[in-house]
Amino acid sequence: MGNGGGTHIAFEHVTKSYDGTTQVVKDLCLEIERGEFLTLLGPSGSGKTTCLMMLAGFETISSGNISIDGQAVHTIVPHKRGIGMVFQNYALFPHLSVGRNLSFPLEVRGISSSERADRVKKALELVQLEGFEDRKPANLSGGQQQRVAIARALVFEPEIVLMDEPLGALDRRLREEMQYEIRRIHQQLGVTMVYVTHDQQEAMVLSDRVAVFRDGSIEQIAPPETLYEEPNRVFVSSFIGDNNVLYGKVEEIRPGDLCNVAVGSEDHVQALIIEDTQPGDSVWVAVRPERVAIAREEKQYSNQFEAIVKDIVFMGDHLRLNLETCGQRDFIVKIPNIVGHGAVLPGDRIQIGWAALDCRALPMDKEKEN
Amino acid sequence: MTDKRSGVQRLIVPVGLVLPLIAFILVTFVIPLGSMVIQSVHDPEVAEVLPNTLNLLSEWDGTSVPSEEVFESMAQELVLSRESRTTGKVATRVNRIASGTRSVFGKTARRLERIETTELRSAMIDIDDRWKDVELWIAIREAGREYTVKHYLHAVDLERELDGGIHPVSEDQRIYNTLYLRTLFVSLAVTFFCFLIGYPIAYAIANVSDSMAKILLLIVLIPFWTSLLVRTTSWLVLLQNQGVVNDILVWLGLVNDSDRLALIHNMTGTLVAMTHVLLPFMILPLYAVMRAIPTDYMKAAASLGANPAQSFVRVYFPQSLPGISAGCLLVFILSLGYYITPALVGGTKGQLISNMIAYHIQSSLNWGLAAAISVILLTGVFICYFIFDKWVGVDKLRLS
Ligand SMILES: Nc1ncnc2c1ncn2[C@@H]1O[C@H](COP(=O)(O)OP(=O)(O)O)[C@@H](O)[C@H]1O
Ligand SMILES: [Mg+2]
Repeated sequence: MGNGGGTHIAFEHVTKSYDGTTQVVKDLCLEIERGEFLTLLGPSGSGKTTCLMMLAGFETISSGNISIDGQAVHTIVPHKRGIGMVFQNYALFPHLSVGRNLSFPLEVRGISSSERADRVKKALELVQLEGFEDRKPANLSGGQQQRVAIARALVFEPEIVLMDEPLGALDRRLREEMQYEIRRIHQQLGVTMVYVTHDQQEAMVLSDRVAVFRDGSIEQIAPPETLYEEPNRVFVSSFIGDNNVLYGKVEEIRPGDLCNVAVGSEDHVQALIIEDTQPGDSVWVAVRPERVAIAREEKQYSNQFEAIVKDIVFMGDHLRLNLETCGQRDFIVKIPNIVGHGAVLPGDRIQIGWAALDCRALPMDKEKEN
Repeated sequence: MTDKRSGVQRLIVPVGLVLPLIAFILVTFVIPLGSMVIQSVHDPEVAEVLPNTLNLLSEWDGTSVPSEEVFESMAQELVLSRESRTTGKVATRVNRIASGTRSVFGKTARRLERIETTELRSAMIDIDDRWKDVELWIAIREAGREYTVKHYLHAVDLERELDGGIHPVSEDQRIYNTLYLRTLFVSLAVTFFCFLIGYPIAYAIANVSDSMAKILLLIVLIPFWTSLLVRTTSWLVLLQNQGVVNDILVWLGLVNDSDRLALIHNMTGTLVAMTHVLLPFMILPLYAVMRAIPTDYMKAAASLGANPAQSFVRVYFPQSLPGISAGCLLVFILSLGYYITPALVGGTKGQLISNMIAYHIQSSLNWGLAAAISVILLTGVFICYFIFDKWVGVDKLRLS
């Protein structure tokens, strides 16, 4: 299970249609490194599960090719692919004890009973469920069942592990705990992990890279920090974390990849150009709420506007202001909870501002415009 | 006050709703069943005709010819029985125990009417010398028992000898035990065949697309909705000597025209027709259970490295077990009491115990025996049910 890098799994122009007319996966190209933790993130119905199923061999590929280590997967029957899989509802065999569930993949591989017992024990240790061999799945809590499902997907030492929204059924606290558990297990074993979720926070915690899915294709694929800091699509910018998105028209291209954008009725924003634009193009201007500050003096920021405070919510580590500015009625600003953040009250008129580099002019969706 | 009334009303409504059900069960089930059980042990007919004689016989030693007093009472009651036309009943009952004694009673009763004597003992022995046989008197005493297990003994091919011991009946008279065994065998065989045919069908219905499943279910259910009689007689058409199956076999050259197969009016006919008729009772519970098995289990098994056969044997089959046991229990219990089909296509070799019950109710009019056999059959069914409950749990039964 070397960590030598190199492409492990490759999707080449993969298309999937269940009914022959609507494509639920569209011309998908994706390369997954050996040992990588890749998350497919996207709203429900965007085709994530379908991709996993095609990789695992439970759905056919309509066109294109998926390969593992350079070998096309459709030439390998599902049970020979050696892919560990964790299902959303765990799919633990209810008639078998935890121990038998775990030894199932070893039994069908004809591994001797003494080695089976050994490996089952190790796998249970890995998920911190020592001594649970004789329990039936029905007698375990949701979190324990989840751990058993993970242990079962790992016990036969697959090189690839797929997880389809494995934490979806758990409550918040348990979900966060399990995220770190999965992260630890991945780092410990170095398997190639393809993980599906619709929870962006989960994707951020776990992944080496995140592929953001929308309507069957990838909007952007990048490490979590990059996705957060440098979203290339307005969908990504608002799916990952909070974002203020202003609609505007490019007025002027400026040196340093900057442009002036007219937003609202009479405001002008300086923003970073992401894709080639011409004056007159429509763009989305995105700025993170935590990059906006209350200005203390005139012209402190290159983008500075007057705003009316509509609401203030105390969030503990920060204050969340709901403002009206730039023609936007729910402009969000997060102000760190530090001494001297200023006594702002609803109804106040304040000055806010942000740097041009913190503000991205994202292209309009081609399809959306037509 | 209002609270109390609403409490009572709250009770009245549910009780009112189940009242028809309770009445229905009472009238159609509890009462007939109770009277059947009573019928199987209660036989008051002889006791009603010869009350005094039987009373005296209860103190009789059973080895010597009874006393004058007993003969006197018997004579009186025989004469009375002639007036109430019940002599024949007594004769029949006693004859069942000591065969060949039927004529004694009628003849004696007739002659006694014209005899004027106080020496009844010698008079009656004069009329028929069998009156001095101790066996006859023992038979009368036996027949006079109001509560008796003789029907049960009879129903399991046993008899109480005149000396009081219980022995199997002579070999040529044994019928019932063979019939129980045959019923058991046929029920097991039908259950097995239904399982063999029904399991793949249920699997197919549970695993095809919804629209296809609807069509397949309909194909299963249409025969189910057709009259049992029609379905059974259609097997006559198919299986008889000049029937479709034999014609095809002959046409294919597999069978000579001169020795066509006997497929009906024997055990084969019973097995084939019963399997067909009972098949839906296997398929429906199996389908209900299989439909509820998530497809993820099979995917999980495959992802863990199990080939399709291993996935089926180790994952799918064990999860379909509740359906198998429900279907088998249903088919088996229904087979145990099956009547119409064996009656029509079973011939003599394919008759089951319920056909014997019908015979004793309709033809021989020995309702006591019919009742005893029924009670034995019913007990068998309950035993199967409780074994099932212990083994699988009745709550696992899912019928649709
Ligand atoms: N077995 C199927 N048959 C037909 N359509 C399907 C099937 N599975 C998924 N779809 C459709 O494909 C699209 C993508 O589904 P899916 O891959 O499950 O999305 P996700 O996992 O991202 O929620 C959805 O519109 C869904 O309705
Ligand atoms: Mg999904």
